[in-house]
Amino acid sequence: MDWPAIVLSAELALATLLVLLPLAVGVARWLAVTSIRGKAWIEGLLALPLVLPPTVLGYYLLVAMGSQSTFGRWFEALLGHTLAFSFTGLVVASVIFNIPFAVQPIQRAFEGIAPDIREAAQCCGLRFWQAFRKVELPLAWPGILSAAVMTFAHTLGEFGVVLMVGGNIPGETRTVAISIYDRTQGFDHASAGAMSLLLLVISLVTIAISYGLVDRLLRHRRLR
Amino acid sequence: MNRPFRPVSRLVALLFLGLLAGVAGAAPAKVAAAADLRFALAELAEQFRDDTGHAVSLSFGSSGTFAHQIEHGAPFELFLSADEAFVLRLADAGRTVDRGVLYAIGRLVVFAPHGSPFEVDEELRGLGAALADGRIERFAIANPEHAPYGRAARAALEHAGLWQAVEPRLALGENASQAMQFASSGASQGGIVPLSLSKAAPVAALGRFALIPTDWHAGEPLRQRMVLLRTAGEAARAFYAYLQTPTAREVLVRYGFALPGEAPP
Repeated sequence: MDWPAIVLSAELALATLLVLLPLAVGVARWLAVTSIRGKAWIEGLLALPLVLPPTVLGYYLLVAMGSQSTFGRWFEALLGHTLAFSFTGLVVASVIFNIPFAVQPIQRAFEGIAPDIREAAQCCGLRFWQAFRKVELPLAWPGILSAAVMTFAHTLGEFGVVLMVGGNIPGETRTVAISIYDRTQGFDHASAGAMSLLLLVISLVTIAISYGLVDRLLRHRRLR
Repeated sequence: MNRPFRPVSRLVALLFLGLLAGVAGAAPAKVAAAADLRFALAELAEQFRDDTGHAVSLSFGSSGTFAHQIEHGAPFELFLSADEAFVLRLADAGRTVDRGVLYAIGRLVVFAPHGSPFEVDEELRGLGAALADGRIERFAIANPEHAPYGRAARAALEHAGLWQAVEPRLALGENASQAMQFASSGASQGGIVPLSLSKAAPVAALGRFALIPTDWHAGEPLRQRMVLLRTAGEAARAFYAYLQTPTAREVLVRYGFALPGEAPP
C-alpha cells in the first residue's frame, strides 16, 4: 500500500469539497429557481465534465496552468511555482471536473422543494437567508450530502486529468489512482492489488450511500 | 429540524482536520527518472538515504514526457533522461544548471515471457521466424514518439528488417517500464525492452531474454544524460554527485548499464 498516496488523495478530495460544495450549493439553488434564457446552455456547460474525455479537460488545464500561458505565469509569480504539477493545481482541476457531480444532486434537491413551502416561509416573515437556512437547507440536505459523497469518491478515482496536469510526483501529485498505475508498471502487484481493492470498496460504499440518500429524498417527497 | 444538520457539521469538522494534516516535514529531492531506471534508482535512492539522511522522491516515466513537463514548469530538481537530446534541449531552453553529465549507456534486449512461441536470440532470428508464420499476435515496445527505448527498439527492428512485419502487431507502452509490463505479463508474446528492467529480480523470473548488439540501434545509442534543474536544492545536488561515485556506478553496472567512456560488454 502506498499510504502517502492514499493520504494525498483524501486531502485532495477534502480540499475539493471545501472549495466546491459552497459554490455548488449557491449555483444549484439559483439554477433550481431561475428561468432565465439560455439556462439549458448554462446547465450544459456545467455538465460538460461528465461527457468530456478527461484528456481533453487535462489538455486545456495543462495549457492554461503551465508556465507558457499568461494565466500560468501570473500564478507562478503569485505562488512561486507553476500551478500545473502542484497540489494546488490538482485542487483547481478537481474542482472543475467535479462540478456536475456536486451541482446536479443539489439542484435536484432544491427543485424538489415545492414553491408553496418557500411562500409559506415568506408569509411567516422569514427573511431570505433565514428561510434558506431554516427551511430549504434542511429539506435539501440529502442532496447536498449525496453531492459531497459523490465528489469525494470521484476525486479519489480520477485518473486522466490528474495524470496530465499533475504528473506523478510522490507526496505532491501522486494520488491513489496514479499510484496503482505506477505500481503496476513497477511489477508491484501486491500493492496495486491492495489499493485497487480499497478503491473498489470505497466506490461501492459511496454509491450505496448515495442511492440511500436519494431514496430518502424521494420518500420525503411522497410523505408531503 | 436540527437533527439533519449534524452530519453536515461533522463533515465540515472533518474537512478542517484533513487540511491541517496536509502540512508535511522536510521536502525530499524531487527526481524525474527514465523508466528504465525504476529498479536501479530505487536501490540507489535507498542507499543514498541510509548514507546521508536525505530523502529522494522518485517519479518514473518516459524521458520525453518529463522533458515536456519540465518545459511546462514541473517542479523537478534532477532529471535522469534515457537519452541526451531531451537534456540538451532543456539546457538550450535555459531550464538547467549546466549541460549535465552522461551517467550510463542503456542496453536493449528481446524478451519473451514463459510459454511464448518464439526463441530469443541476439540477432532476432527466432522473432523473425515467428512473425513470418503468424505466431506473434502482440509485441511490446515503448512508444517511439516520446520514449528513447521505443526509438531504439524501432531502430533495432528496422535493422533486422522486421519493422514492417511487426508494426501492425505492436503494443506501445507509455514508457519503457509499461512496455516491460506488456512484454512480460503474458498478454503479448514478447517485446524489445531495457536490459536494466529485464535483469531485475521481479521481471527476470517471468521469462528469457537476449541482448541486442548496440550497433543495431547506432542511430539511437541510449546515451543517458542527467542534469540538475535550476530549482535544484541541496539534497538534489548531493544525489547528483552521489550518482557519479564508484559505488553508485557499480550498482548501475549490476543492473546491466554500460558506463560512458567504457566499451560495452
